[in-house]
Formats: sequence, structure tokens, C-alpha cells
Amino acid sequence: MTADKGVLAGAGRENRGRRMVADKVAEFCLAACAAVSFLAVAAIALYMIQGGMPAIREVGWKEILFGRVWDPVGTSPKFGIRSMIATTLVGTFLAALSAAAVGVLTAVFLAELAGERAAGIVGTTVDLLAGIPSVIYGLLGIYLLNPLMYRLERKIFAGSRTHQFTGGANLLCAVLVLAVMILPTVISVSVSAIRSVSEEVRASSLALGATRMQTIFRAVLPAARSGVAAAVVLGVGRAMGESMAVMLVAGNCVNTPGPFRSVRFLTTAIVSEMGYAQGTHRRMLYALGLVLFALITLVNGVVLGAMKKREVSM
Amino acid sequence: MFVAGLFIRDGKASGDTLAEGGRKERELPGSPGDNGDSRDLAEALAGTLEIAGSTSMEHVTWALAESFMEEYPQVTVTVECIGSSAGIEAVAAERVQIGNTSRALKQGEQELGLVEVPMARDGIAVCVDPANLVKGITREQLGDIYAGRITNWQQLGGRDIPIVVIGREAGSGTRSAFEAYLGLSGQCRYANELDSAGAVLARIASIPGAIGYLSMAEADHGVRTLCLDGVEPCAGHVAEGRYPLARPFVMVAGEEDWEQNVLVRTWFTYVLGTKGQEIIEEIGLAGP
Repeated sequence: MTADKGVLAGAGRENRGRRMVADKVAEFCLAACAAVSFLAVAAIALYMIQGGMPAIREVGWKEILFGRVWDPVGTSPKFGIRSMIATTLVGTFLAALSAAAVGVLTAVFLAELAGERAAGIVGTTVDLLAGIPSVIYGLLGIYLLNPLMYRLERKIFAGSRTHQFTGGANLLCAVLVLAVMILPTVISVSVSAIRSVSEEVRASSLALGATRMQTIFRAVLPAARSGVAAAVVLGVGRAMGESMAVMLVAGNCVNTPGPFRSVRFLTTAIVSEMGYAQGTHRRMLYALGLVLFALITLVNGVVLGAMKKREVSM
Repeated sequence: MFVAGLFIRDGKASGDTLAEGGRKERELPGSPGDNGDSRDLAEALAGTLEIAGSTSMEHVTWALAESFMEEYPQVTVTVECIGSSAGIEAVAAERVQIGNTSRALKQGEQELGLVEVPMARDGIAVCVDPANLVKGITREQLGDIYAGRITNWQQLGGRDIPIVVIGREAGSGTRSAFEAYLGLSGQCRYANELDSAGAVLARIASIPGAIGYLSMAEADHGVRTLCLDGVEPCAGHVAEGRYPLARPFVMVAGEEDWEQNVLVRTWFTYVLGTKGQEIIEEIGLAGP
């Protein structure tokens, strides 16, 4: 018996030892997986800086960021990207704003108000919307949006001698296409944020005599705020990085952004010029990528930072 | 290096003009030498010939490629339409054997060691949507439109419709030829900049009041061409030198390929020969 016990105890020790090893291995694997995304971001940042810096050093960052003229293949090339930065910022901001407004309200409907049937139908449609490739949005923009815009443009600027008519390919088109494109992201992330708000919040609010709408807008949405912000940030990232759909509907001329002006985004410039760019022009396109990367990081940082601050002050 | 003139090798001019190079027909492997049995030669030639470049040359290159492949069944010809500058870039980087360009090489490109072979002459047609009442235009008026001084068709005797100025991307050969003709290089005020001849065609056809420019061989469906300074854009007028807005279609190859690659040499011999030039004429272009 005692001998048996000894054997058993030994087996237990051995077992525990093996389990400890397995635990350590699993821990290592998880850490390694976590490291992948960190390393990816670090590597991308490093390569973008490495690829973009030569052109920035060559041309000078002041001339790049504040220069007005983008004429990369002229006899004395100019590499000013001010209007493209402005276009990207304004276009993304407006698209995110409209998508946030419509998206959050849709999310409220889906999470709080809709019956099971309606929520199912709308939810499925939103999922489908998320799966449509961006080039399809661009094509629809060409066939539906551009002609409508052109009619509007001709009404608004009738008789104008100074306005350059664009045939409907303008910033407004790009904003609308981008807004519809990021809508599903905003909706689905917002829905899960709203659903994760504890039932007690709703119950307490209703018990205090608030109406359903007061409960939603004064109690539930504020509680879901950080999740909703994350939704908008995701949308902003997608909108800023989109190139295909924008290229098809925005007209692609380098202009200071205006609703009825033909504009070029940073992404479009990279995509449409990479094929033939040479020398400084080619290095410059890497610098455009670096600027885009910096902008996205900056915007995300600002939005998330603002959200954190408000949360602390609450 | 421009083939229509002289080949300059190692700083010395050699009298090996293109026509001669074509006729001389370097001894191809497997060829009996007296050129007696060309059928065997055609059967024996095999491989893939990759061509990339100008979107304006898409039609003509495909037509030539198809008939070339019929003639040489073991050969596959691939054609990629990525724009003149990108085509030159691709040959220089040895990604393809032949680059199509619808403009002469620029200064930086001339130093890449490429052989230029003009294979046809094209006219750039100024196109408008079919409902437009204006039939012809002068160089002056065209310059005023592209500089943004004329903004409504009424100013040219048409209906009261704003002019939508459409152009190509900065790397396009058509664009640089067009702007050079107007003396407006880098100064045109476009409302749309599109990436290919096909996109320009579709856009002009769908917008009332649009104006744009295209290779005359591409300008067929849904658009109307304008007479320029009273001359209609057609192969005959380009060949006679009457149409003012003409430019060469050029195929470029690496120097080594041009001298030693049998496939590349056979291609150029074919394109510049009777059969090739017949096809070029059928497409609606003038000979080189």
C-alpha cells in the first residue's frame, strides 16, 4: 500500500510538472500571437519612415506639406500635397460624421427598439452591405450618383462663368460613397456596444420615471460611449484608406476641396501614379504613404484620447 | 536612340536602319537561310512575348498580336495596357520585352538604353458627346477651353451647356502630346483626370457637354469627333500630314533583346512588314 501511495504521489508530481510545462508553452504561444500585431505595426511604421524620408529630405517637408502645386512630371516638378491632405481630411471627416449620425441611430433601433423579425431583416442587410467590395460602390457612384450630382451642379451654378463644371464627379460624391461604405462597420460595432450596456442601467432609468427615448439617449448611449467611439474610429480608418471607390467618383484633379469640385485623395494619387512614377516622383509616393499613415494614427489617437479623457472626468 | 534615323552604338553611327534591319533578317535558328521554307520557321518559333504600355495602342496591339499568334501558333503574346510611361518603365526594368508608347521618349528615358521603333502614326481626335451641335474647332479655341477661358458651348456657337473638360492622367502619352500641341504643357485645367482611353470614351459619351481627347482609332462608340482647324481626324489626313494633332505610335525594346532575341526581332519584322501594316491600316491608323 505505502509503496503504491508513493507511486501515486510520484505520478501526481510528474503530472503537475507536465501541466506546468504545458501552461508555460501556452503562455508563450499567446504572447507570441500578441507580439505579431505589435511587430506588424512597428515594422510598417519603420518601413514607411524609411521609404518616405528620402523624398521628404530631398524636397523639404515644408514644400511638401504646404506646397500648393502637384506637378510631378513637369520639367521643373512640384510636389505640394496641401490640397490632397485637405481633401483626405475633409472628405473623411464629412463621411464619418454622416455615417456616425445614421449608423448610431440605426444601431439604437436594432439594439433597443426593433422586434426580433425587423432586427433580423435589417441586421442581415447591414451584414450584406459590409460584404460588398468597394469597387462596386464606386461603379454605383458612377451610374447613379454622378448623373444626379451633375444635374444638381447645373442647377446651382447655372450661368456661372467662374465655376468649373465637373460632370458630377466631385467631393460630395466621394463623401456619400464613403459614408455608405463605412456605415455597416459603424452600425455593427455600435450595436454590440449598446447591447453590452447592463440591463440595470435601463431598469433604473425607467424606474426613475424616464421615458423610453430619454432612457436610450440619456442613459444607455452615454454608457455605451466608448464602444460607439471605437466604431467611428474604425469607420474613419476605413474611409481614409479607401482608394478604389473614391478614384471612380471624385474626378481625380488636384484641387482645394469644395463640395462641387473635382478632387484627389492621398490614396488615389498613390494608386494611379505608382505605375509610371520614376525617380523623385516615385520616392515621393512613398512619402505620401507616410503622410497618410501619420494622419490615420493622429486622427485615431485624438479621437480615442478625447474619449478616454471624458470617461475619466465622468 | 531613334530608329527612323541612325542606330548609334558605342558612340559610332551605324547605317543599320530599321527597314534594313527588317529586310536583312538575321539568320534565325532552324532557318534554311535562303528563306525557302518559312512555314517550318513559323512552326518552330515558340515562347511568350510580353507587351505593356499605352492604352491608346490597345486596339492595334491586340489586332497585331492575334494575327501574329495565328502565324506563329507556338507563340503567346500578352498585352497589358498600363499607360506609356509605365510601359517604358516596364521594359527598362525587364519585366516585359516590348513597351508601347504613344509619345517619343523623354530625356530621362532616353538614357535607359532602349530602341525606339515607330510602327504607326496616330491622330489625336478631339471628341464630344453626340448631341453636341459644334462640328469643328480651331487650335486657339481648344487652347482656350483647356485653359479654362471658354467655359460654355454657347461661346462656340453651340447650345447653352457648360463644358466639362476631360483629360488623361499625368503619365499618359496622349496627354503630353495633346498639351504640347496646345503649348499648355502642365497648365491644362481639367475637371476629370481619367486613367485610360476607355474611361475617357465612356465619360464623354455619358456627360452632355463633355470634351476630351483620344486616339482616333479608339474614338468610335458613342462619341463624335470634331474637325480640327477644318481637317477631319482620319488615317488619310494623318498620312498626308494635313491633320495637325498627329503623333507616332512607338514600340520600344531593350537593346539586347532588339539585337539578339529572335522572338522580338520576328515581331518587329512582322509589324513593319506588309501584313502588319495592313492590319494597322484596317484599324484606322496611318503607316509610320
